Amino acid sequence: MRYAETGYNLEIDLSTGYIERAETDPELTESHLGGQGTAAKILWDRVPPEADPFSPENLLIFSTGMLNGTPVPGANRTSVDTFSPQTNRYSHSLFGGFFGPELKHAGYDKIIITGRAPDLVYLWIRNDTVEIRDAGHLSGLGALETAARIKEELKEPETQVAAIGLAGENRVFMATIEHINSSASRGVGVVMGDKKLKAIAVRGTKDINIARPAELFEICHPMYKEIYDNPNCGDPMAHEDDETFHVDNFAWGNARERRKGYWNKNREAQWTRITEDVRLRWTSCYNCPKDCHQAVSYKGRPVYFQKCFNKLTYAMAAYEEIDFNYDILGATQEYGLDGFSTPQVLAFAVELYEAGILTEEELPEFPPDSAGRFFWLVEKIVRREGIGDTLANGVYHAARQIGRGAEAYDHNSMKKFEQVPLKLGMINYPYFLMYATGEKMNITQIEGSFPQIPIADKQDREKFVEGWEAAPERFKKYYMAWEPRQHPSIEASVNICDWNEIMHYIDDAIGTCAFLSSFRGQFGGRTPYHLFNLPEFISFAAGLDLDSDRLWEIAARNRNLIRALNVRRGLRRRDEKPPADHWKKRDPEMEKKLLDAYYQFKGWNEDGIPTKETLDKLGLGYVSDDFTQRGIFR
Amino acid sequence: MHKMKETIVVADGLTKKIVKDIHVNVDKCTGCRACELACSTFHARPKYGFTNPARARIRVIVDELRDVFVPVRAGHYSPTECPGRNAYTINGKTYSECSFCKMACPSRGYFTEPDSGLPIQCDMCESDLQLGEPMCVQVCRADALTYTEREEVEVEATAQKELDAALGRLAEKHGIQKIAEVVDQMSKKHPRRLG
Repeated sequence: MRYAETGYNLEIDLSTGYIERAETDPELTESHLGGQGTAAKILWDRVPPEADPFSPENLLIFSTGMLNGTPVPGANRTSVDTFSPQTNRYSHSLFGGFFGPELKHAGYDKIIITGRAPDLVYLWIRNDTVEIRDAGHLSGLGALETAARIKEELKEPETQVAAIGLAGENRVFMATIEHINSSASRGVGVVMGDKKLKAIAVRGTKDINIARPAELFEICHPMYKEIYDNPNCGDPMAHEDDETFHVDNFAWGNARERRKGYWNKNREAQWTRITEDVRLRWTSCYNCPKDCHQAVSYKGRPVYFQKCFNKLTYAMAAYEEIDFNYDILGATQEYGLDGFSTPQVLAFAVELYEAGILTEEELPEFPPDSAGRFFWLVEKIVRREGIGDTLANGVYHAARQIGRGAEAYDHNSMKKFEQVPLKLGMINYPYFLMYATGEKMNITQIEGSFPQIPIADKQDREKFVEGWEAAPERFKKYYMAWEPRQHPSIEASVNICDWNEIMHYIDDAIGTCAFLSSFRGQFGGRTPYHLFNLPEFISFAAGLDLDSDRLWEIAARNRNLIRALNVRRGLRRRDEKPPADHWKKRDPEMEKKLLDAYYQFKGWNEDGIPTKETLDKLGLGYVSDDFTQRGIFR
Repeated sequence: MHKMKETIVVADGLTKKIVKDIHVNVDKCTGCRACELACSTFHARPKYGFTNPARARIRVIVDELRDVFVPVRAGHYSPTECPGRNAYTINGKTYSECSFCKMACPSRGYFTEPDSGLPIQCDMCESDLQLGEPMCVQVCRADALTYTEREEVEVEATAQKELDAALGRLAEKHGIQKIAEVVDQMSKKHPRRLG
């Protein structure tokens, strides 16, 4: 019997209609856990680097996290993995909610989708019954609207649905896959649209077995209280009405400027009133005591769910107020548009218009007001109409397709992908490394375990370090040695980057939410889950025999395998550059030293390619063989 | 209302009842369904050996686009389908009648074992006397579910008194010997009924 996981994947070929329930190799679980880890292995084995992301042979993989559906609170994240047409690299995003646990109860750890349907279809999974169904009648419908329609026509109200909106159907690069209060972004929705897969509906009523039942429940039970009471986990900012942190520190417009002094008590009272007015309730993901998402009802819009920094991204990009943000989210969530990258594409287009690079010719009857312009552009983009067809390819490609100097306005993308609108003063060593070398495209998916700033008072710092259970010993030393307004050493910076990303690779394999672990340690250092208690949760649930060293090793294996996916597609040192203006004060000499040190520390060569020795040591001999054959090692 | 009662005889004809109940506050429910998971794994055999919300004796009826989040515990089984599905509007929200109904019935999949289709019923987790509050309440940190206990002391027209009176009337009419013969026959034919 398999524990925590089902031991089966669902293989779907949309070109031929072939459906198979395929048993999986338990050894892969031991070496990669699940989620993103095992998905990376499948992508390595089955998608050759020459494959165009828009070709039927690209795979779209929905992976349950290894602990999805077990009693472990907050382990509900589903990983979506593919190759992105925007970056031509590995693309990965996670979504919470209820989908992963439901899929496991239906009897599957993953859905592996290949091919392309001749017409728009949706997938209906009810335990052992799997059907590819016509979705012609769902064409053009909003993502959540689609879910509601499917549940109604199946007469299965408990079905969980992940769907694309019009943006995905029209292969907009910023398209998301939406599921109730969660969504997957960064290049996965566009591939779902390319495969003409409108939605996946799943209902499962099978048991998920636990290896060591009483022991697991004994450590899970107190976590409900621990997570609920812990002020440093979940999304505390979502519950705050004081938006100083975001409006002061993030850049407005096309990632252009920080507006100090914008926030005041008056505005806070106004925004609070508007927010309370549109909020129906706070909602949670499966089996998690935190409530990070607002259910929102905005006049004239269908009910939607607001998550994370999406609360402000459109308003800040458009120099508008929060009312506008709630309004446009009502449209963009149904269209299935990512709330991080889309506002930047819109602000970029507005800048091009103001600079005279885009004119009335491309933007006929372009409204005079910023809010009106954003709505106008959204409608064009999701339909790929006129200039919308170009903008739908994201800032990097659109800038080059428009030309006429538009390239200069693409100042906030990296590796062809829109970055979080942050423009800061002095280069930050660990952040330089995280930006440059991260495979997950968005800093929020890379940073998170080591605090962002040192505590000024040495005694307070000592106190913090004393109770810092999550940190391996060396990080306590680095933190104690870190004085305000000083850089951590190169050694510390390299290790900080390493630890931060490793924790994400753990979460993304087992399905625990980053808000309970990998993202939240940087704020207060007291996460419910960490390197030293997760091995027990995993071992008791899945029957593996893990300690923190072995867990780290598995995460490092997954990290190197994903690196290898990108290396095989051409990623090299030359690509590993944060946006040029991310920091005002750069230090090219130090940046070179940092990157050299980091590559060396990781066992990569000076071009950022994992060496044969590194790969072989991690049990990735098949990767090093492939690299040798392709002449990738120099 | 479906409530569990524990009866303690405190004096002849006087009983103290501890009425156990789970109070539901739908406005506080965040829809996490931890109650379902905890219920299913608590009642698993071996205990905590699996999870399966489809076997849970509490379910959150969710219609997220209508802001409906209603935890409902499993009550009795009804073999007949419900004839009416009225909709109720409470505080501006529309709920289907099914949202509040505790019955296991053929109209819907709630509260039946997914394999056998047999009805399941909430037992307030009384199989584990050490537990204190039912498991679903324990994991509901939002306090959408709260456990209540209250004592009720009642002067009992006990079942025994009713039986004595009824048998007395029958014995007057048919004679005590006849009654004894019938009871003897019944016990051979339906041994479990008298058990």
